[in-house]
Amino acid sequence: MWDFISKYGLIALLVAFPLTYAIIDVAGGEGLSRIGNNLVAGLSNGAIWALIALGYTLVYGIIELINFAHGEVFMIGSFTAFALYSVLGLTLVTGPLGLVLGLLVVLVLSMLVSGSLNVMIERVAYRPLRGAPKLAPLITAVGVSFILQNVGILWFGSSQKGIPDLIRAQQELFNIGGVEVSRADVLAVVVTIPLVYLLTAFVNRSRLGKAMRATAQDPEAARLMGINVDTTISVTFLLGGLLAGAAGLIYALYQTNVWYFQGFTAGLIAFTAAVMGGIGNLRGAVLGGLIIGIIQQISDNRIGNEWTPAVVFAYLVLIMVFRPQGLIGEETREAG
Amino acid sequence: MAMLEVSDIHTFYGNIEALKGVSLEVEEGEIVTLIGSNGAGKSTTLRSISGLSPPREGSIRFEGNEIGETPPQAIVQLGISQSPEGRKCFQRMTVRENLELGAYLRRDTSQIRDDLARVYDLFPRLEERERQKAGTMSGGEQQMLAIGRALMAQPRLLLLDEPSMGIAPVLVERIYETIEEINRQGTTILLVEQNANFALGVSKRGYVLETGRVALSDDSSALRDNPDVQKAYLGG
Repeated sequence: MWDFISKYGLIALLVAFPLTYAIIDVAGGEGLSRIGNNLVAGLSNGAIWALIALGYTLVYGIIELINFAHGEVFMIGSFTAFALYSVLGLTLVTGPLGLVLGLLVVLVLSMLVSGSLNVMIERVAYRPLRGAPKLAPLITAVGVSFILQNVGILWFGSSQKGIPDLIRAQQELFNIGGVEVSRADVLAVVVTIPLVYLLTAFVNRSRLGKAMRATAQDPEAARLMGINVDTTISVTFLLGGLLAGAAGLIYALYQTNVWYFQGFTAGLIAFTAAVMGGIGNLRGAVLGGLIIGIIQQISDNRIGNEWTPAVVFAYLVLIMVFRPQGLIGEETREAG
Repeated sequence: MAMLEVSDIHTFYGNIEALKGVSLEVEEGEIVTLIGSNGAGKSTTLRSISGLSPPREGSIRFEGNEIGETPPQAIVQLGISQSPEGRKCFQRMTVRENLELGAYLRRDTSQIRDDLARVYDLFPRLEERERQKAGTMSGGEQQMLAIGRALMAQPRLLLLDEPSMGIAPVLVERIYETIEEINRQGTTILLVEQNANFALGVSKRGYVLETGRVALSDDSSALRDNPDVQKAYLGG
């Protein structure tokens, strides 16, 4: 009963946020287009957070480690994407067909770079510490995060770097009753939905996905089944990295700038999203990402963006107090 | 040559020497029992054989191959599977998913289906609960699941760690009947028990472990008649 109230009460509270503004708008004779625009922008921003949050949740689910370097894996994905623009000769005058094909190549390559980077990080910085106290890999994770930030500085300098707006991100693609849907919005959704679908299908149905779930629940029992736990953990880091790479490209196209520090802020938000949804839970990470995207957008637009982090974290605190396991997280984990 | 030859293994947890030179043999087709009190090293012996806690010294040979340093997944592939201490069923997966994971290394789909039918035949309760999450089942049912899951690997040697632990006596009897049936169908079994009555009843030979060493080994009937064993392990 309490579970029901806390879960749906919190969801109601979350829905109340946009709903209040919708009512205010309608009462003021403004119509629903403004809140509609907030929601669209929120969802497409949230899609990026969701992709990154999945990486946190996948890794936490399997080895109970917060991979603090994950935000930087995403940043390197953005940097790779930008670097590939010039390698492939993608510019503002590239024709539509060349642009789509070129961006597909960039997507695949930045996913692969981030994916293999994440696998390497696990090999070098986490695997040797598998038997050590939990704090040890946490600290090496922070260390890797700093190292990668410095790699970012060496690569593109320490200030924000504007990059070509290849897809004319903010251009309106279509308009439904005053709600503008930009190219960037469509891009975020078109990339995110299939990736999330493929990921869940992989985890739920494939042989390796089963091995991942078994390892997450009981690594020792998994080994008795003949599952190679090391390989399974590598695959998990690979999947998280692939998604971070995709998020990296979407972010580069969307924000039209890259920065060595972007991974820190994005990582913090995505980690919050994963915790909000229930860390270790894939659907939770997506839900958390979308919710935070929407809260941010509404807060930016209505309250003022200096308040946005406070609003987001106020919601997080509220959710944690009433549902420490997150919105759709498991009540407890089994003892390993 | 025995199917399994464990010679003088020393296994450590950190700096603690849990096994101080254990040797034992299991012949093909036998049921062999390992009895001993808490902390005697029974589970550690099985963990060493399965590769979860590889011995630091000594050798383990299975069908002539040295497996002392072989990783667990390769040991399963060679034909040794284990129903571990505490059952360790995958709590958030269904009975069916648990059993399928038991066959993780196998690709012979039709044979797997036959083995699933065989496990359901041995433990009809598991078929009734096929779609239920393992975590929602009773201890006895989870024990059946753990044994069934180990059978799904098609082992030639089955390691059973305390199959009677925490289970109602009526159910223990039924599980032991099934263990004998599994053995009759051709699987060699190495059984670990703290509660030795049933175990010595079904097995041919037994070893008594005390603080990491083999204190005694004999035919099971002789062990049951041994006054020291009766006093220490048979409640009488």
